[in-house]
Amino acid sequence: MLELRKDIFADERDDSLREVGQPTPRQDILGHVTGTSAFYDDHRFANLLHLKILRSPHAHARIRAIDDHAAARAPGVKRIIRAADVPVNLNTLLSLIQFGKDDEPSLASDVVRYKGEPILGIVATSERAASEALNLVRVSYDPLPAVFDVEEALRPGAVSVNATYPKNTFEYYGKYDHQKLRFGDVEAAFGQADKVLEDRYQMSPIEHAPTETNGSIAVPDTNGRFVVYTSTQALFFSLDTAAKINAMPSNQLHFVGGTVGGGFGGKVDTLTEPLAILAARLTGAPVRYRLSRHEEMQFGSPRGAERIYIKDGVMRDGRIIARKVRAYFDSGAYTRLSSYAAVKCAAHIPGPYTIANVHADVFCVFTNRTPATAMRGFGVTALDFALECQMDKDAVAIGMDPLEFRMLNAYRDGDLKAHRREAKNCALIECAQVAAEKANWPLREEFRRMSSRVGRASGRVDAPPPRAPVAQTGAGPFRRPYDRPAASGPVPNEPPPAPPQATPPPAPPPPGATHGARRFSSVFGTRRR
Amino acid sequence: MAKHRGRGVATINYPVGMNLGGDPSQALVHSNPTGKFTVTLSSIDLGQGMKSVTRQICAETLGVPVEDVYVDTADSDTGPHCMGSFASRGTHRVGNAVMQAAREARAVMMEAAAEELEVDPGDLETDGRGSIHVKGAPSRSISVRDVAIAAQFRQGKTISGRGIFLIPLSDVDPETGEMSPATCYAHACLIAEVEVDDETGDVTVLKMTSAYELGRAINPKLVEQQLVGGAWMGMSHALYETPEPYYPDTREGPRDFNEYLMPGPGDICPHDIAVLERPAPDGPYGAKGPGEMCANPVLPAIANAVFAAVGVRIDELPITPEKILRALKARGGAPPHARAR
Repeated sequence: MLELRKDIFADERDDSLREVGQPTPRQDILGHVTGTSAFYDDHRFANLLHLKILRSPHAHARIRAIDDHAAARAPGVKRIIRAADVPVNLNTLLSLIQFGKDDEPSLASDVVRYKGEPILGIVATSERAASEALNLVRVSYDPLPAVFDVEEALRPGAVSVNATYPKNTFEYYGKYDHQKLRFGDVEAAFGQADKVLEDRYQMSPIEHAPTETNGSIAVPDTNGRFVVYTSTQALFFSLDTAAKINAMPSNQLHFVGGTVGGGFGGKVDTLTEPLAILAARLTGAPVRYRLSRHEEMQFGSPRGAERIYIKDGVMRDGRIIARKVRAYFDSGAYTRLSSYAAVKCAAHIPGPYTIANVHADVFCVFTNRTPATAMRGFGVTALDFALECQMDKDAVAIGMDPLEFRMLNAYRDGDLKAHRREAKNCALIECAQVAAEKANWPLREEFRRMSSRVGRASGRVDAPPPRAPVAQTGAGPFRRPYDRPAASGPVPNEPPPAPPQATPPPAPPPPGATHGARRFSSVFGTRRR
Repeated sequence: MAKHRGRGVATINYPVGMNLGGDPSQALVHSNPTGKFTVTLSSIDLGQGMKSVTRQICAETLGVPVEDVYVDTADSDTGPHCMGSFASRGTHRVGNAVMQAAREARAVMMEAAAEELEVDPGDLETDGRGSIHVKGAPSRSISVRDVAIAAQFRQGKTISGRGIFLIPLSDVDPETGEMSPATCYAHACLIAEVEVDDETGDVTVLKMTSAYELGRAINPKLVEQQLVGGAWMGMSHALYETPEPYYPDTREGPRDFNEYLMPGPGDICPHDIAVLERPAPDGPYGAKGPGEMCANPVLPAIANAVFAAVGVRIDELPITPEKILRALKARGGAPPHARAR
């Protein structure tokens, strides 16, 4: 059940809308519930051919020889597609936004770097004929040692996975093997902290498991064009990737999609379109390439598994004064999108909390595993798991209620975040208040009256030490209760935020601060250092 | 041997749109000759409701009933560029593009109506039911249909509009990580209640209670769909799923849904949700986007609830009965205070 709390933040909204905010039935609902919506695989073509892929049985091996003579003569086989047939075999997805180097072949030719890596394609008159012909291909391999653990992959002398990034890490800004985040001085703050807690968190990879597996159908059209029916989550992203790999002008490709049976991030990688188009070009016939459920589970890219170390410095009064994070993204054998996620992860540290000293190193690491890719919450889900488990341990360590501990440290309007931007439009405290109220989670009065909308200019310290009486400091310690609509004009305790020059900062910047922030937090005022 | 109950909490925020920006989306809006509108996109509806959200935004901006707007997605020959449906960007980025396109189309529509009614366009308003009238004088009105016919066949005007929304790409300081990752953030707090059997290690999720702040719920039913589905995914990630159960060892990977463990209908728990709306200054009608964040608080809330129930911390996902039993054994059993009544 869902309840709309229109009473909260009512003064910031115009609610006189007609269509926005209505529970209007979906435009496509009738088609979906009657089975008449057209997904990519609902398009039917005469003489449709089928592409199946030979995949590596090894996590890491050199390919010595491929013998596909028997397969080429098998019943129904129309064409074998080898690495040499792919016009631009090496690609990286984010080359479209000039991020990273080409590192992944469409078909492996000399080395396979994960179990399931595509080596060769067979186009046949049926999926069965293509599958049976795959069994006739003889590949001889020289198995190579493999590395599966992100930290082992970074040790000196570790097996080199990816030829483009021989040190097993993505390269940031042409000089670093990780993304940095530096704010304040964590080591000094750990020295002053009442408690220092450190722990290790390990995410599991998971499957996107969409109802519809990845797939596409490429159909030769007139004038040298191809119509491609696709399950992609990103039409032009896939179109431009396919055009690059096939060395075709983008306007020779006409992509049709937009109605997709679930994606969750697993349909950005453009796993099928480039080879389906290539197969259609080479045979002159419509070709379908769709992943079986087995392929989707084993070789379709999963959510990556991140390993995250967190070290927190906490004061007995509940303040977190330092947070240090080291995170490893397991990208698998190739980059795909994990390099991007590592930056997003760094931007998200230290979570929705105002902490004066933050230090993070985030690595995108290559291992001999199926390349990981985007999935719902990419770059953030694992970090949130680690941070919120750590927050719970911090609260227990100082004997504070875990929800009040979060509210005490929650970021508010005007706070400076670790990536050096001002926090605005915050609402973490209000979410905590409403959830607590609904679940009968006891909160003390001062926490029930907290607000995210504390202006930077108010110069107040409203956070009491745990289980102590409210410290009345500065002008009006509390904002109005969150659950009262602002019906009767300005609330006395909440003067509108003054322009910065009108109100002098409440305290001089802390000596020795390494960044330009005057104040760290509207919650705590100037930090004790 | 007993069953123990515990509650755990997590509070999170989530950035809306691709990290650092640089992810444009475009939209085209036009009227057919009888005043019905088409929104043309290359954005993808993968079940999240892209077509419906942009349809409501377009209808609101044009000032016409939602039934008079149809959204066409994902044909690269007709739909202008969209970065894609990911990164919680659909509602915010595409919604803004549609809003801009609809504003431009609306301006032409109002001009055409003004010409027919022989008034100034600034004196006109839409009634949201298919008519345009003079402010304060509802009887001086013309239907959107008649305006479209007049624009098309008499005035030679195209009632159409173009929209694009782009957050310019942010730089990143390689030394400090200074950057502008996102322009708005959604928020959530979720409380999970679990029961842990200290004999079998089984975890049953009894209830979830949550509050999500999403800027503006463009369609509350679609928001509910996202939040309920996302919570299921979070619960599944926390307690059940993995294609590599012995990660980083690659053994024993599942091949199909018989081998890939996920919660079934009987494992789903009641989920009591509140939605708050603090409008994002740059969101369409203030909207942010609930798409990705809704699994995130569930994982740690369940892990923290397991601790509250039986006093063990499982820091490696998924939280399987095996891991709980091993941790309980190492701890010497569950603390007595945590026993369920």
